[in-house]
Amino acid sequence: MRRVNENEPYMLHKIKFGVLSPHEIMKMSRVTVVRPDIYESDGTPVTGGLRDPHFGAIEPGERCPVCGNTREECPGHFGKIDLARPVIVPHYGETIYHILQSTCRVCGRILIPQKRAEYLLNLYDRLRDKWPRLAENLIAEVKKEASSATECPYCGARQFKIRFVKPFTYYEDKPEGETRLNPIDVRERLERTLDDDLRLLGIDPVKSRPEWMVITVLPVPPLSVRPSITLETGFRAEDDLTHALAEIVRQNERLKTFITSNAPETMIEDAWLTLQHVVSAYIDNELPNIYQLTHRRKRPLKTLAQRLKGKEGRLRGNLSGKRVNFSARTVISPDPLIGINEVGVPMEIAKILTVPLRVTPYNIEEARKYILNGPDKWPGATYVYKVRSGKKIDLRYFRNYKQLAESLEIGDIVERHLIDGDIVLFNRQPSLHRMSIMGHIVRVMPYKTFRLNLLVCPPYNADFDGDEMNLHVPRSYEAMVEAKELLLVQKHILTPRYGGPIIGGRQDYISGAYLLTVKTSLFTEDEVARILSRAGYEGGLPEPAIIKPRRMWTGKQLVSLFLPKDLNFKGKAKINAGTLKCDDEDCFHDSYIVVDNGKHLMGVLDKNAIGAEKPENLLHLIALEYGDEEARKLLDTLFKSFIRVLEMRGLTMALSDVDIPESAKDEIRKLTEEYKKRIEDMIKEYREGKLEPIPGRTLEESLELKIIQELQKLREEAGSIAVNNMDPFNDIFIMARTGARGGEVNITQMAAMLGQQTVRGRRITRGFRKRTLPHFREGDLSPEARGFVKGNFRDGLRPTEVFFHAAGGREGLVDTAVKTSQSGYMQRRLINALQDLVVSYDGTVRDTWGNIIQFKYGEDGVDPMVTHHGKPVNIDLIIDKVRGK
Amino acid sequence: MVNTNKVQLLQLPLAEVVEGLPSKSVKKIDKRILKHELVPEHRVLTLEEAAEVLGRLRVKPWQLPHISINDPVISLIGAKPGDIIEIKRKSPTAGETITYRVVVPY
Repeated sequence: MRRVNENEPYMLHKIKFGVLSPHEIMKMSRVTVVRPDIYESDGTPVTGGLRDPHFGAIEPGERCPVCGNTREECPGHFGKIDLARPVIVPHYGETIYHILQSTCRVCGRILIPQKRAEYLLNLYDRLRDKWPRLAENLIAEVKKEASSATECPYCGARQFKIRFVKPFTYYEDKPEGETRLNPIDVRERLERTLDDDLRLLGIDPVKSRPEWMVITVLPVPPLSVRPSITLETGFRAEDDLTHALAEIVRQNERLKTFITSNAPETMIEDAWLTLQHVVSAYIDNELPNIYQLTHRRKRPLKTLAQRLKGKEGRLRGNLSGKRVNFSARTVISPDPLIGINEVGVPMEIAKILTVPLRVTPYNIEEARKYILNGPDKWPGATYVYKVRSGKKIDLRYFRNYKQLAESLEIGDIVERHLIDGDIVLFNRQPSLHRMSIMGHIVRVMPYKTFRLNLLVCPPYNADFDGDEMNLHVPRSYEAMVEAKELLLVQKHILTPRYGGPIIGGRQDYISGAYLLTVKTSLFTEDEVARILSRAGYEGGLPEPAIIKPRRMWTGKQLVSLFLPKDLNFKGKAKINAGTLKCDDEDCFHDSYIVVDNGKHLMGVLDKNAIGAEKPENLLHLIALEYGDEEARKLLDTLFKSFIRVLEMRGLTMALSDVDIPESAKDEIRKLTEEYKKRIEDMIKEYREGKLEPIPGRTLEESLELKIIQELQKLREEAGSIAVNNMDPFNDIFIMARTGARGGEVNITQMAAMLGQQTVRGRRITRGFRKRTLPHFREGDLSPEARGFVKGNFRDGLRPTEVFFHAAGGREGLVDTAVKTSQSGYMQRRLINALQDLVVSYDGTVRDTWGNIIQFKYGEDGVDPMVTHHGKPVNIDLIIDKVRGK
Repeated sequence: MVNTNKVQLLQLPLAEVVEGLPSKSVKKIDKRILKHELVPEHRVLTLEEAAEVLGRLRVKPWQLPHISINDPVISLIGAKPGDIIEIKRKSPTAGETITYRVVVPY
């Protein structure tokens, strides 16, 4: 082979796989293994054993007897085992079977007449490159045609059916009885086949002659492939592959002695079969119908196939996924005071992660400062690369910083600590969408957790109950710029998933926004100052809304200070429901948001205006119309003031918040009685057979359905009684109404009743014989006996109710566990199928071969990230704009 | 102007494959399916049109999405392997889209 310069880059055009020929194996082999033992009694490797020095140098200082290199330079060399009798490679069993079936048992020609074979081959050649799928079909057809022939069209010999028993046994169905074809017979037949005939069977005879599939000589990989490890006790443990190979040598030598000593044929056959099994196990130890090679009758050996297969195998574990340097992982915790683009990095981590700084005339002083600080004092440096000597100096051991700083030259590279303003990639698993890895600006902080702004929780799906996140440092200017321009958090406020903002307020931000903007809130000058200072506001105050007895401002006035001056927005608030419902600006309840020319005129801000994952809201409009920088400013200023409002007012809950007056309780009790009566009547009707069944349902199903319906209504009505008796400024109620946390259901469950508990969408029926619990009679169909809970969390549950609630709750847990694993695997398959599709410059979607998948991306060529919730244009918005409203 | 090379490219060995392989029995297909709302309009392109499409997209015929010769509509409109079909189809995002497919004999 021609020796190429190792450092020269080159392009791989294609890779072609074939079967290794015995000739090739012989050529690359440097040693023939004939002895199964590895070490002599004095501890030196056996010559002709599996640790023969000719496999390559691996000990420090050892010189390779083959190439003369030390262990750093020696690439390792192959050896071989000359098998006493040939053996079938089990993974080619199927292919060999097809060839045996399709070719003549005497002359080796394909069982298709000359003329037709020539025609088919010509056709195959023309199809092969362009219509690979068709070519495959053609081959399948050829195989079918050939294997059904009973007589050779060339030599006229009769053909017999071949039976294949996986993984490596063949029988020929001769008229005088079935006989086994041993590997020698098989190999002889394969040798007789003609190259052109093989091509018709889909085999490239130049790269893979079929007889090579029956091996006569087994390659033995170099020691670097199967390194031995020395245990602390001084014992040597060999690699699994070495053990497997030793077994092969042992069986091979046994077979050899049998043959030379003229042992009975049955014994030879037996040893031969054992050799076949051992070689098969060496290739794949998990083949069916094979004796597994084990470690002293216990753990199966990890042989060749096991190294490659599966999640931790070479392909998925080492090639598709790698471990990396310059990364960090720790627990995350919230910091509402840093920006959304920032991440707080613990000092300890900042002193380990480094960025290479190439010394220039402009930064040489800065670089000297880092060196003088050394590796332990932040901001310092850990290594210095000198251009002139090409040496790498480790500052942990080279303590003369002063001299090093002075001798610093232009072109040297200083590995400096991570400092404020560096850009890093931040990631939380599972990385389900592109927002799972975003670029953040570093802020070095004390303590040991990564700090992140609460507004970026939604894209990462992060919370702080112990979540950990990963951080990666880009180290080239190219990578840093790419991270800054493409991955920075503010570039991902809008998501391509559904055309809306994925970053936005949650929980306290929403309650805070509501409490700031609600009509009842007025703020004194002092309070206004405190709110605005949190947002970092600089500038004058507007004219106060109220002048006497004190100057006071509304929250809406404060919000207006942060909005773009020409912003117009209209939309319903989350609280716009039930009694607070209105459909246009003529709204008494302050539940319709109007922003006119940057002035927030009416409507409270809640989940529908500033919430995360809510398309077509205020934040969405700003991000779309004014760009990500304007949206980021809003998130970094106004949103912080929402939190400040909460800090001043406080938001909490007490038992009294879910108290409802005795009159309301009576009302609920009466309602419950009423419904119970009605259900009792239904059950009675059912027992008497008078119940009207729902079309398409049995009588039992109809009853169940009707009962569930009734109980559903009961809970809703009880809930609305509770809600109607609640103070609208009750903190829990605020949270539910604004969408900050919880909903009407949760309030109902706390104040009124839990309602029907279900398992698999039905009332709870299982447990004891014909009843759920021993507290009830057999066959009792009443609500209480079938999982209806009329108690609430405030007053407490009865023992039976606790049980039913637990049953319902358990189902939820099981569901989430099952769902995540299933959808995770589905997503993996989907990604594998789609990952290399590309939107090309002409708008088409293509795979890497240039095959067209879609003629225009999404059929309309629109990037969903910049749409209004999927629609390319929002006509209403444009009309409003044109009309100047 | 039609590039003759492109036209030649369209002379595919596909039709031969059909002859070369044992043919499967053809089921009779109800013509009314063509009028069904959910069946989009299929049309066989002429050689010149096909060459133009391939030129515009800069693809070889086998890089287009495939459609089986056994597809009910294809057998009804009498398309042959190697033909290029234009399909006009309603789209939830774009109103109406045009796609092209090449007929394959499997």
